[in-house]
Amino acid sequence: MQNYGVYVPRLVTKKDIFVSGHRACIGCGEALAVRLVCKALGQNTIIASATGCMEIVSSPLPTTSWKVPWIHTLFENTAAVASGIESGLKMLMKKGRIAQQDITVVAMAGDGGTSDIGLQALSGALERGHNFVYLCFDNEAYMNTGIQRSSSTPYGAATTTSPAGKVSIGQVSWKKNMPAIAAAHNIPYVATACPSYPFDMMDKVKKAAATPGPAYVHILSVCPTGWRCPTDLAIKLGRLAVETGIFPLYEVENGKYKLNFDFPELKPVTAYMKLQGRFRHLSEDIIEKIQKRVTADYAELKERAVEG
Amino acid sequence: MADRVGIEVSVAIGDAVKQANVDVIAAYPITPQTHIVEHLAELVANGEVDAAYIPVESEHSAMSACLGSAAVGARTFTATAGQGLELMHEVLYVASSMRFPVVMTVANRALSSPLSVWGDHSDVMAVRDTGWIQIFTENGQEVVDHIFCAFRIAEDNKVLLPVMIHLDGFHLSHVIEPITFPDQSKVDKFLPDNKYPLPLHPDKPVTMGDFAPPIIYPEAKWAQEVNLRASKEIILKCWQEFGEIFGHHYSPVERYHSEKAKVLLLTMGSFSETAMTAIDKMRGEGRDVGLVRLRLWRPFPFEELRRAVEDAETLIVLDRALSFGGPGGPVCSEVKAALYGQAKKPKVVSFVSGIGGRDISPGDFEEIINKGITISEKGSPNEFEIFGVRE
Repeated sequence: MQNYGVYVPRLVTKKDIFVSGHRACIGCGEALAVRLVCKALGQNTIIASATGCMEIVSSPLPTTSWKVPWIHTLFENTAAVASGIESGLKMLMKKGRIAQQDITVVAMAGDGGTSDIGLQALSGALERGHNFVYLCFDNEAYMNTGIQRSSSTPYGAATTTSPAGKVSIGQVSWKKNMPAIAAAHNIPYVATACPSYPFDMMDKVKKAAATPGPAYVHILSVCPTGWRCPTDLAIKLGRLAVETGIFPLYEVENGKYKLNFDFPELKPVTAYMKLQGRFRHLSEDIIEKIQKRVTADYAELKERAVEG
Repeated sequence: MADRVGIEVSVAIGDAVKQANVDVIAAYPITPQTHIVEHLAELVANGEVDAAYIPVESEHSAMSACLGSAAVGARTFTATAGQGLELMHEVLYVASSMRFPVVMTVANRALSSPLSVWGDHSDVMAVRDTGWIQIFTENGQEVVDHIFCAFRIAEDNKVLLPVMIHLDGFHLSHVIEPITFPDQSKVDKFLPDNKYPLPLHPDKPVTMGDFAPPIIYPEAKWAQEVNLRASKEIILKCWQEFGEIFGHHYSPVERYHSEKAKVLLLTMGSFSETAMTAIDKMRGEGRDVGLVRLRLWRPFPFEELRRAVEDAETLIVLDRALSFGGPGGPVCSEVKAALYGQAKKPKVVSFVSGIGGRDISPGDFEEIINKGITISEKGSPNEFEIFGVRE
């Protein structure tokens, strides 16, 4: 580890596809994730983006942060747009109107655009078996419109539409398990990732791109603005999410689960939660409830991974 | 020209799309459009059409997939009707605003509720302002001809706009008609490969679909309006060339015994042919009546319409959709607006009829015309008349 800072940057291309000048908030974990993901995807990529933070910060007319072909149309239809792109390219290549070439078709959306409003279009595209990569950048609420809850918001988190109040703990439902929903489509590749583990994330994205057929990668993207935390904590919180078992990093390859990082002992959820204002209001018994659930879910995942 | 064949109009549309050498079809089943996409699915399954068929999970995704396909430069087709067109609604604006040359046939259908699978123009009127070129057809031959014209117009680099071809659900989509299919070599010449100017491709990265702050949004939308208006010239040229090659002639406002007629009826879609029967009968009885049919709905043919009706004393407009709580027929509203500033103009009478698939017979058209003449002479307290409805 001695010369880590010297050698590690050489392992990653310096060439950026998602370039500076965008207007993401200070400390944005999602912008970091997108930048690293794009490095992994490389130049032969077409990206369809849903409406959301990354769309808004990167494309105010007449500027762009994208060095690959990129299209945004609406909020809930990204997977369908990607279906059209993939099918169109396939036919144009078959008919010899464009050169045969390996082009990775990528759909990107946030957690709202994926697990709520875009779920139907995503399910359709996964089921039809298009050769594309779907990347969900999960910052656990509708951050672009001002921190409203989504089905991906964790239990107990306060948002502007799940506020903590005298008779409410904030979000009263448990986070929707989107990777499991993707895996239930029996697609060849599903993974979870986090930019706090950059090489793991980039490897998974490369693997997803190389997978024939649909691939789904769910990327936890820390949002200091929405999570009410200091702006220098994006990396630390991503690590803690993994180390507490709240957001385990795993793959589902052709139905087989594999846990990428396991820990002899998980850190307590409070190590993660106490750094974030969105959980500040929670009482000890609620935190205990969350701890129990995280422990149980993690054990179940681990069991599934052992079974393979 | 090949021989005429008796064929269901929906099936004929599929065959015409095949002749147009389409690349991608994204479609979702909805009555009364289903036979179109069923036939296309069959053609693809049999290898008769070299196209990707995307069996999407909704009309919203159908049009969304069309956006992606058109964005890479593939020739793209879909079809829908009624509720399906409404579910596509927000995507329709994107298709025209981002200038994707998608072609869509719409088997016009009534809107819920109550549920009705039968035909009227409620679905069309709800998407009037989506920025698409919209053309009404009256018979199977016209629909088939317009498949070729629509791709040609949409993909013209001076236009680059999506085109809707409207045909009446059931009354046209499900009837068997004699249709002539053009020779393939002539189609290929008339309709060259789609050359979309800036397709999504890694060789030349482009950013599509940026967001526009107030400093640039109005300019973007005005450019779109200018572009849609300018498409009329290309549409006219396309129809002229099509007429020269294939012998079928089209114009934005079609006229039937309308020259110098004192009383004119205005219709859109397949009911125009029934109206012609009524006009023939009435003229046989010495009545001074004629018919004008609006073919080009968007961009609206202001000049052609004004010229077609300027000598008439009475213009009776038949709408097949209601504008609830409003002036009655949406088509009539537009016609009135087009004529408002004219020094010489007929009195305009608005009728709404034939909604939810209810027939209008030649006898009904006679009654509508006679009632219209009476209203134009004596006036009416109503903004519009509803015809053929039990109260």
